[in-house]
Amino acid sequence: MSKQINVALIGNPNTGKTSVFNALTGLNQKVGNYPGITVEKKEGVCKLPRGVKAHIIDLPGTYSLNASSLDESVVIELLLNKNDKDYPDVAVVITDVENLKRNLLIYTQIKDLEIPTILVINMSDRMAYKGISLDIEKLEKQLDTKIALISTRKGKGIDNLKDLISNYKTLSIEPCLNTQDIDTAYFEGLKKAFPNQSLYKLWLVITQDVNFGKIDRNSIKDASDFKTKSNVDLKRLQQKETIKRYQYINNALKEGQTIDLNSAKDLRIKMDRILTHKVWGYLIFFLILLTIFQAIYDWAEVPMDFIDSTFASLSEWTKNVLPSGAFTSLLAEGVIPGLGGIVIFIPQIAFLFLFIAVLEESGYMSRVVFLMDRIMRRFGLSGKSVVPLISGTACAIPAIMATRNIESWKERLITILVTPFTTCSARLPVYLIIISLVIPEGRFLGLSYQALTLMLLYLIGFGAAVGSAWILNKILNIKSKTFFVVEMPNYKLPLFKNVALTVIEKTKSFIFGAGKIILAISIVLWFLASYGPGEQFNNAEEIITEQYASENLSQDELNQKIASHKLEYSFIGITGRAIEPAIRPLGYDWKIGIAIVSSFAAREVFVGTLATIYSVGSDEEATIKNRMAKEINPVLGTPLFNLASGISLLLFYAFAMQCMSTLAIVKRETNSWKWPILQLTIMTAIAYIVALIAYQFLK
Amino acid sequence: MTLADLKRGQQGIIKDVSSKDIPLKLLEMGCLPGNSVQLLHLAPFSDPMYLNVNGTHLAIRKETAHHILIETTDNE
Repeated sequence: MSKQINVALIGNPNTGKTSVFNALTGLNQKVGNYPGITVEKKEGVCKLPRGVKAHIIDLPGTYSLNASSLDESVVIELLLNKNDKDYPDVAVVITDVENLKRNLLIYTQIKDLEIPTILVINMSDRMAYKGISLDIEKLEKQLDTKIALISTRKGKGIDNLKDLISNYKTLSIEPCLNTQDIDTAYFEGLKKAFPNQSLYKLWLVITQDVNFGKIDRNSIKDASDFKTKSNVDLKRLQQKETIKRYQYINNALKEGQTIDLNSAKDLRIKMDRILTHKVWGYLIFFLILLTIFQAIYDWAEVPMDFIDSTFASLSEWTKNVLPSGAFTSLLAEGVIPGLGGIVIFIPQIAFLFLFIAVLEESGYMSRVVFLMDRIMRRFGLSGKSVVPLISGTACAIPAIMATRNIESWKERLITILVTPFTTCSARLPVYLIIISLVIPEGRFLGLSYQALTLMLLYLIGFGAAVGSAWILNKILNIKSKTFFVVEMPNYKLPLFKNVALTVIEKTKSFIFGAGKIILAISIVLWFLASYGPGEQFNNAEEIITEQYASENLSQDELNQKIASHKLEYSFIGITGRAIEPAIRPLGYDWKIGIAIVSSFAAREVFVGTLATIYSVGSDEEATIKNRMAKEINPVLGTPLFNLASGISLLLFYAFAMQCMSTLAIVKRETNSWKWPILQLTIMTAIAYIVALIAYQFLK
Repeated sequence: MTLADLKRGQQGIIKDVSSKDIPLKLLEMGCLPGNSVQLLHLAPFSDPMYLNVNGTHLAIRKETAHHILIETTDNE
């Protein structure tokens, strides 16, 4: 087997780095996490000419090697640790032809680490449009590297890039900047103290707090103690360094790049004027949100009905084909309904991720940040909190991680604390099934009542987030400097391949991540519902037959009575009835109680749990929804899921903190148990009180 | 004058930045002495500011803009 080359993709955000990664690896990629931290690690394999294989790693987007966030420090940690198994044989720096000057800054830094570096100039299809012309030969000479001019949109230049990667050994590793030029006296001293080290690496270690891999660090670990200068002085030197780097870049571009501004056309200004307008801007944003919710509700209905009935018949088929016994009943009544409860939400979750991916890819999300900053600041948030709050509608976990680029700690902490109020996709299954049970059909201005209810629930979630942010802003006594820098990338038509891969990847991880928990819980629940202690459970048949002996019931009706009697005295029934007093004022019975308790592991378990509980002991083929519609409130004798109990449940799920993974992420990101515990207590208390008021008021 | 005083459409040259108050990230995005800057657009309520700095489009808050000294280059 030939040797595998390690390739690292590096570049600023918004340069199409991920497109290049997708073009190189296609579906041969996997997304994981860096050990111990929640930064996404994307890697893949690419076949190069002459049978060489490349292991490609897509590093988080970063503006420079001076890390200011966890994501960015991943990049520098890898590049400073030669013993890391992912340490690149060759670095590929991706730049956008429209922002070449700024994108080259990190190129000069990577090159100074003495790693063979290839320069990729992406989006070459936009050059003529922007009046840019490049002299690649001159640029290669000036920047002392090989350049691949590519267009991932048009699929051009990728083969050339692969060729360059496979010939990486011929690349120059001369630094761009002589580190000593930044401050001769200071670096002379440094050189004397650490004669065998690269000055630039030492400088990086001194100027930032990075946890290095054990081995390489040993030799330079004393460097960070080499503080002959104050922090202010160091920062001044960094500024000087940055100026010097730009001088180098400007010189190179003067030779190799010409921009004819007269032939440059720009839609950006016109679009910005509309999209960030004080009236149109907000209106368009609102309309986009409305479209998303209508899509999730209406368009996803067809595939969902199909999945629902497929699982119902699958369960029925299993029962008929397999010999009856404990295993068959576990499969037909535990596993299949449990899985059905999660698979059914694939269409909606995919839609949601699709919209978020399109908004991010098109560059529109930055306009929303710009538009909302002033308003959000009033609530102690940042314009950048909008991104977590919107992606929180998919899942709070990546949303909380997305707060990392909020510069002010106070704004970031508040965002982390309130994000779980936004309606995540795990709440969606619960909302959808209850809405379809209790909200009547019908339309208002072309929008269905059901879609409007869903929209309202999203608004409630968002309102709760913003409202509690306002309160937190008043009571949290944290002083922190607020910085706010956001790049406004040019508008782009989202690439189908990128969007599709994101949707597949995110949906897959949601399904498998949640699926595992749901499957495990379904099996446990099936056991608890199928077995029970004592006379009442074991002799259910005799007790019921005796009790209804005089009533002349058909065999079917009798079986139904026996099954529900058994369920009531099973382990799960006993537990459920123990907590019933606490939830009866909210309009729930003990079955819903069990579903609520089990959904403290994860909300989406709710539907699967009800599916499992209701299917234990029932014979006929029925969808989850039909079974729920048939449930009768034991006290009132009316349908269990009516408007009052339905609204109460919806509100409970809107406010309650029912996600262990989110609590774990909050613990990690705030580095304290205080915040997640506070979150859990307060959110659940609010949920209980609101649900109580709603039920008592509506019943 | 500072960057915060710039009017919509006006251009200027950055004279000095107080590196104590300005994040390094902003410097790295091209907010350095000698570079050109233009105010493209203001968000509702006049904050944040949408700038073109040295060819890069970015938005910053007014409070940050107060720490960047500039000189206007056009008399429009």
